[in-house]
Amino acid sequence: MAIEVRIPTILRQHTDGQKAVEAKGDTLAELFADLETRHAGIQARIVDGGELRRFVNVYLNDEDVRFLDGISTKVADGDNVTILPAVAGGMA
Amino acid sequence: MLTITQALHDQIVAHARQDHPDEACGVVAGPAGSGRPERFIPMLNAARSPTFYEFDSQDLLKLYREMDDRDEEPVVIYHSHTATEAYPSRTDISYANEPGAHYVLVSTADTDGAGDFQFRSFRIVEGEVTEEEVKVVEAY
Repeated sequence: MAIEVRIPTILRQHTDGQKAVEAKGDTLAELFADLETRHAGIQARIVDGGELRRFVNVYLNDEDVRFLDGISTKVADGDNVTILPAVAGGMA
Repeated sequence: MLTITQALHDQIVAHARQDHPDEACGVVAGPAGSGRPERFIPMLNAARSPTFYEFDSQDLLKLYREMDDRDEEPVVIYHSHTATEAYPSRTDISYANEPGAHYVLVSTADTDGAGDFQFRSFRIVEGEVTEEEVKVVEAY
């Protein structure tokens, strides 16, 4: 068993176009490091300076991980993780 | 070029007008690969700000799930500028993550004079902005 990670369109250039990939790890940080070993470049699109990028949303089983433990959130086999860039902007 | 129905165009403008002085935002989804905006989905601006917009994170997840289930994509991503022209700001450009989408900007800057609402469309790909023609039609 592994953890399914759903990849947004903008990051599928790192996954050969795949919408979902599998990864392993005990925390999100480990999961993203594991993803990086097979999908070079993806980690830096999600993580910056050891934290989740402000405008990238990560959900664990549909819950925004900012309301859990952020990048230290624990994950387990059978969980699913969804990555979605924020839709944001404005004149500021 | 963005081809959009008069009805959708008017819904976007009405949403921008209604939320003024805050920025309004939303999506018009369409069948994946068609480039045809069909389903109007106004979104809540979680920032509730006159100078910033951000889709609420739970709403965002629900939106993308729903589009995925229906085999749709965000054909148009729109938002309003409330005090400046309808042109992508630096912020808009740095957070633009849908290279396949038409980014529609509506300016409500002249809303008090009830003047014409600017309605412009752009592609934003890897930080590069290209304005495109907007063709408003009665039906597709």
